[in-house]
Amino acid sequence: MMLAWTIYISFLGAAAMLLLPKDSVASARILALLTAVVGFGITLTYFLHHRTGEMLTIVRVPWVPTLGIEYHLAADGISLTLVLLTGIIAITGILFSWDIENRSKEFFAFYLLLIGAVYGVFLSYDLFLLFVFYEIVIIPKYFLIAIWGSTRREYGAMKLALYSFVGSAMVLVGLIAAYVVAGAKSTSLSQLAHFPFSLHFQIWAFPLVFVGFAILAGMWPLHTWAPTGHVAAPTAASMLLAGVVMKLGAYGCLRVAMVLFPLGLGPWGVHVFGLGSWRDVFALLAVIGIIYGALVALVQKDFKFVIGYSSVSHMGFVLLGLMTLNQIGISGAVLQMFSHGILAGLLFAVVGRMVYARTHTRNLAALNAMNLHKIIPFAAVTFIVAGMASMGLPGFSGFVAELMVLIGVWRAYPLLALCVGFGLVVGVVYIWRAMQKAFFLSAGTVPAPPNPPLPPITFPERLGAVILITSSVLIGLYPQVLLNVIVPALNSPLFDGLRKGSWQ
Amino acid sequence: MIAINDAQLLRLAWPEVIVVATALIVMAVDLLLLRGCNTRVRFSLAAGLGALGCAGAIVRILLAHEVANILNGVLLANPLTHLVQIALLTLTIFTLLLSADSSFTQHVGEFVLLLLAATAAMMFLAATQDLLVLFISLELLSLSLYILAAFDKRSAQSWEAALKYYLFGGMSAAFLLFGFSLLYGLSNSTSLPLIAAAIHGPALNPLLVIAIVTTAIGLGFKVAAAPFHFWAPDVYQGAPAPSAAFIASGSKVASFFLFFQVMAIGFAGAEGTAALPNFVRGWVPVLALMAVVSMLLGNLVAIRQSSLRRLLAYSAIAHAGTMLLAIVAHTQQGLAALLYYVVTYALATLGAFAVIAVVEQQKGDDQLSNFDGLYRQSPVLSFCLAIFILSLAGIPPLAGFFAKFYLFVTVLNAAPGSMGLLWLVILSIVMSAVSLYYYLRVLKRVYVAAPAIGAVAVRTPPLSQALVLLLAAVVVLLGCAPQLLLRYIEAAIRVSGL
Repeated sequence: MMLAWTIYISFLGAAAMLLLPKDSVASARILALLTAVVGFGITLTYFLHHRTGEMLTIVRVPWVPTLGIEYHLAADGISLTLVLLTGIIAITGILFSWDIENRSKEFFAFYLLLIGAVYGVFLSYDLFLLFVFYEIVIIPKYFLIAIWGSTRREYGAMKLALYSFVGSAMVLVGLIAAYVVAGAKSTSLSQLAHFPFSLHFQIWAFPLVFVGFAILAGMWPLHTWAPTGHVAAPTAASMLLAGVVMKLGAYGCLRVAMVLFPLGLGPWGVHVFGLGSWRDVFALLAVIGIIYGALVALVQKDFKFVIGYSSVSHMGFVLLGLMTLNQIGISGAVLQMFSHGILAGLLFAVVGRMVYARTHTRNLAALNAMNLHKIIPFAAVTFIVAGMASMGLPGFSGFVAELMVLIGVWRAYPLLALCVGFGLVVGVVYIWRAMQKAFFLSAGTVPAPPNPPLPPITFPERLGAVILITSSVLIGLYPQVLLNVIVPALNSPLFDGLRKGSWQ
Repeated sequence: MIAINDAQLLRLAWPEVIVVATALIVMAVDLLLLRGCNTRVRFSLAAGLGALGCAGAIVRILLAHEVANILNGVLLANPLTHLVQIALLTLTIFTLLLSADSSFTQHVGEFVLLLLAATAAMMFLAATQDLLVLFISLELLSLSLYILAAFDKRSAQSWEAALKYYLFGGMSAAFLLFGFSLLYGLSNSTSLPLIAAAIHGPALNPLLVIAIVTTAIGLGFKVAAAPFHFWAPDVYQGAPAPSAAFIASGSKVASFFLFFQVMAIGFAGAEGTAALPNFVRGWVPVLALMAVVSMLLGNLVAIRQSSLRRLLAYSAIAHAGTMLLAIVAHTQQGLAALLYYVVTYALATLGAFAVIAVVEQQKGDDQLSNFDGLYRQSPVLSFCLAIFILSLAGIPPLAGFFAKFYLFVTVLNAAPGSMGLLWLVILSIVMSAVSLYYYLRVLKRVYVAAPAIGAVAVRTPPLSQALVLLLAAVVVLLGCAPQLLLRYIEAAIRVSGL
């Protein structure tokens, strides 16, 4: 029951924002922070009490009895991991939006609405409910970007909203079809997961739902909303987008598409261009995403685009991990969701808040001339740490997650593992390049110190950075914290269909 | 010859009698007592009286649970007709309250009279399965609506809209009458169930095909389905706000209920199928075609609109296409989904028109640019507008989302074991993604754009504000707890049959 309050408290916080007096910037911030902290506190308490990772029902009441729809919230290790991530990102996102002065009440109202809906998606056990929360996310996302964003914000916001909506439309078609085929008695995940859908049905329904979710997870070639959206968004919204919203997509792929239609992953019986199943297709697209994202990040002139494309690349690991269909690969994918959420949040915080909000440029050449590591050393250090973690240096969460995915891939697709290795190398290069260009004066460039001088890094920023780095290091050094709940969740009866099918 | 029991007839028609009597009383009071008062006062009093009358009719319906069927459906009374009548009366009350703040005409009594006459016509429409009564009520409704659309005598646009409405309406009535006459010729009866029994046969009679097509055209006009929608944008834009709201809400509910009854009961046995891959001739493919054209045209043309009313008109065409899918399904569940959809749609549209009315009164017209930065000028109004628009777009947790979900489920359920109608559902869902674009553009104006220089706070009359808030609350409530309404709809349909 307690965990459900993460959702309610966020929505209540959003509603309370609207009741605040007109120009109460400070109280809006504090209220938002309090709400997020309480949400995280609830999650952490629950996490510490339920460390087995099994599926536990939180609330279950009939909602629309006519259609067998229930208001059913439940959590297992996978949801818990992601709820935990949401809590961390929510808190740090608010810390990094301490400078929002324009319409700050509404900003935090939309922000908390988004957070509440994200909690809702991760905790829903009824597919109708899950879909409701999934769609609620779209609207605050749109306004956060369109109102408080920067570069081409209205375009970026609309593109993001439409991509998300098209994705959820595909999901909706698949869900309604599954619901009707199964006899239209229940929208409960476990009931539908245990219904023996025919192979023919699964073969078309699986890619429909999977792609619908994967659009939000930034799967190549449907990733194009991600860089533009991330770049247009204000810092906190980029952090949320990359940190948790993209995870909604990946979570949906695993929790809904793969669990409902495990046979859809199986072989078609024919080979087209050497691809024998949807699994092969999506694995290939994921690898292309990894390499493509990394290569494009390598040539960007805009600092934020580098991070935007790096998100596409890293989310490729998640999708690839899912497609390995072995325990280590999928657990790696879930771990990577967590890890990328933290690291992308950190990177966007450095770029958007620490650098852009001060210099008002994200052009790498212009930043280069400022020699920022002398002026805002904290930002430089944070970026170097975040960059190292993002490259996958041991000791950080990214290393464990990507290693697990790689081992999984090695077992399932040895050839693709080599390509992923190439992607990893490029990953090192683009981070290195961005770091050098953004913070360290190149030889031969005329220094042009920023005028007027930049304000120093504030306390909320430092606190936010420390929280994120600590989380990453913690999971990097002791991944068992999360793996202990993820692995039992994957072994639960819910994933039976997947395990019996093509599990290796 | 069957003897008609006059007393029973009167008893069954009590709610309609109350509405008509109220109309006459309002007219008399306005003419005799309120001549000298200013328009505001007259409108408030007349609307208040009218609303009271409607409320009285609702009470009468709730108290008398009589179930009857006079002369093979000339006048029906069962839980289903009662439910639809209550919905219609409720929408009329909202429309009356919406008009209480207007000042577009001096002829207040006549305006309310016509509104109530149209309501009485809709109530008869909902309570009959006989072609003659049906046609007469439909004409009474249409004639009232034509005049209501023309009521703003100062505005040339209002005139133009009404003339267009009248000309197209007359033509569609001719089509409808032609179809009805063919049906009568084929079956020797004007009662829908008897017609169905007579036309039932293995092959479609060519005359029946003509009857199907002309009836579909006539009724398609009423619900503003493409390609018979030409009147809609002009009427939505030109008519005074309360008239437009009424045409967009109450008359939509009545027309769709009528459409469903005529097709599902009158043409039972000539359905055919629109399920892929084997179409069978009948009325279902005709309606499926209309639905497809409406959804495509409505959504694509709405993108280009710069006036909010016209945008709503094209979105109404698109919604009509979606609602036609429920008739394509023509099951009991389909009727339930249709009623849920059309009622929640009517509520959201009514709310949107209430907001438009306020904004228009202050800024002149309904151009989208007038909504720039509305959130600064009236946060409450903008918030409610956002709820109505998002409900129309089908975003959860608002009523429009559940309506869509339920409708799609019933359409797929209509052909058990086959996914033959899936293509219609897919088309509709894809088109709703298109619709999000233009709906978001409206909200972008309201929330993102900066207000025009020199814009002052929008002053909302208390009654309008209360009405808008109430409608918004209902839309949210029905979205979060659909069972509140669905329970009654399902029970009524279960008891009354189709």
